[in-house]
Amino acid sequence: MIDFLQIVIYGIVLGSIIALGAIGVSLIFGILRFAHFAHGDLMTLGAYFALAGVAGMSLPMFAAFGLALGATALVAVGIDRALYSRLQQVSPIILLISSVGVALMLRSLIQMIWGPDNEIYQSGISMPWTFAGLRIQPTQVMIVGGAAGLMLLLHLFLQHTRFGKAMRAMSDNPDLARLSGINTQRVVILTWIIAGVLAAAAGIFLGMDTRLHPIMGWKLLLPVFAAAIFGGIGKPYGAVAGALVIGLAQEMSTLILPAAYKPAVAFALMVIILVWRPTGIFGGKVL
Amino acid sequence: MTLLKAEELYGGYGGGDILNGVSLRVDAGEVVVIVGPNGAGKSTAMKALFGLVNVRSGRVTFRDEEITRLSPDRIVGRGVCYVPQEANVFPSLTVLENLEMGAFIRRDDYSAQIERVFELFPPLKEKRSQAAGTLSGGQRQMVAIGRALMLDPKVLLLDEPTAGLSPKFIDLIFERIQEINATGVSILMVEQNARHALSLADRGYVLVLGANRYEDTGPNLLANREVAEMFLGG
Ligand SMILES: Nc1ncnc2c1ncn2[C@@H]1O[C@H](COP(=O)(O)OP(=O)(O)OP(=O)(O)O)[C@@H](O)[C@H]1O
Ligand SMILES: [Mg+2]
Repeated sequence: MIDFLQIVIYGIVLGSIIALGAIGVSLIFGILRFAHFAHGDLMTLGAYFALAGVAGMSLPMFAAFGLALGATALVAVGIDRALYSRLQQVSPIILLISSVGVALMLRSLIQMIWGPDNEIYQSGISMPWTFAGLRIQPTQVMIVGGAAGLMLLLHLFLQHTRFGKAMRAMSDNPDLARLSGINTQRVVILTWIIAGVLAAAAGIFLGMDTRLHPIMGWKLLLPVFAAAIFGGIGKPYGAVAGALVIGLAQEMSTLILPAAYKPAVAFALMVIILVWRPTGIFGGKVL
Repeated sequence: MTLLKAEELYGGYGGGDILNGVSLRVDAGEVVVIVGPNGAGKSTAMKALFGLVNVRSGRVTFRDEEITRLSPDRIVGRGVCYVPQEANVFPSLTVLENLEMGAFIRRDDYSAQIERVFELFPPLKEKRSQAAGTLSGGQRQMVAIGRALMLDPKVLLLDEPTAGLSPKFIDLIFERIQEINATGVSILMVEQNARHALSLADRGYVLVLGANRYEDTGPNLLANREVAEMFLGG
């Protein structure tokens, strides 16, 4: 039982990280109608920006993280302005392929700057807290709390602000959004800012949970897409639910399968959903 | 006074021309109705007024200022609002949020306008917190018209506002359109319920193959035998 609960905790931590990525993928698909394959590497970039703050500029942890969120958002908007916004008129397939190119470029750049080795934010071992036999790391609490906080902020933004509602409106019906006088370009930029911030947070949390590595985000891309599809792509709330399911399923699979099969579990779930209910559990768009 | 005017529009969606010289005019206070067979380009003509179609030649003016290639957010800013034929609500947004999106460019307090829409369409007040996608067709059409009224437009473009509705709702929507018109909003609408619509219209156009075939007052079009036989089902 304790073992099982321990695995549930790992699953929730992983699910929180996946959720931050999946929300971004889902929002981008809702607004721009394309699958953003560079999202994993955007997460990696965020993690390394934070490393640059902590290790390079010796900033306090939180300042470095904040800076990394902002810088990643800036890069995301920059890529959109320089590339995606120009290709938008062509076709969603071209956009998708160009995002694969962006993914490769980001990864190479990260490797060039920071090298191919594992990195960590802080050396030293933190003592886990124990509750009734369960071990919980302080970083795990921070990850789940941080992710929940960001999701709450996003929820408040989407439900209660003028541009948040406009974002949902545009995701519903882009033509009608334009007809209503909504400045759709502003909404697009806002979407990239949010997706960039959340991706960076996901990358930083992943780096805290494990280690930093130039392909850390790329490896998370599959579960992130699985979560977004599971929840119904274009539905950010579904993405959160999907992420928890994928995170828990991946961790629980270690009870019966070797840990190396974790990505296969996400992949299998994604295939099952695509075959059984291509619009996801919450009835999103078809990829 | 002429508010909205389209002069000899040619254009389409990038392939061949759908519009072949259509001209339209809406004067202050008028109800103008466009009828014509399926695929005649009625919706396309509406979209062209709103800058959503590639207009190859011809021009659109609002109060004598050219708006031919203006973006929709500029056009709504001048007081021309449009309810498309299909997909004319935000289904996952609540009724109230749909109305708020109609008022997106307004930075003043528009709560009075929301109340006005609720007075016009009382069912919307009850369902204000319900997602628009869950409403009946008639109520969705109310949301769609309500959204377009949020900017207090001078001209309201309606593309088949009664399509697919039950007779009860058809009468109700037509009634409300007349009420809206009575508050000083000029109306240009495309209608399949041609007889009913023309009976309310100050003027009407019969559009065929993207060009004007007939143009007259509502009563005269209804009385015209050729029009009645060919376009109004005898
Ligand atoms: N988005 C589009 N892209 C390409 N062609 C289109 C598009 N919309 C309409 N068309 C074509 O333009 C022509 C005119 O269509 P339009 O919708 O304007 O007709 P309509 O008079 O409104 O017909 P209906 O009574 O069926 O609504 C049709 O041949 C149609 O196939
Ligand atoms: Mg039509």
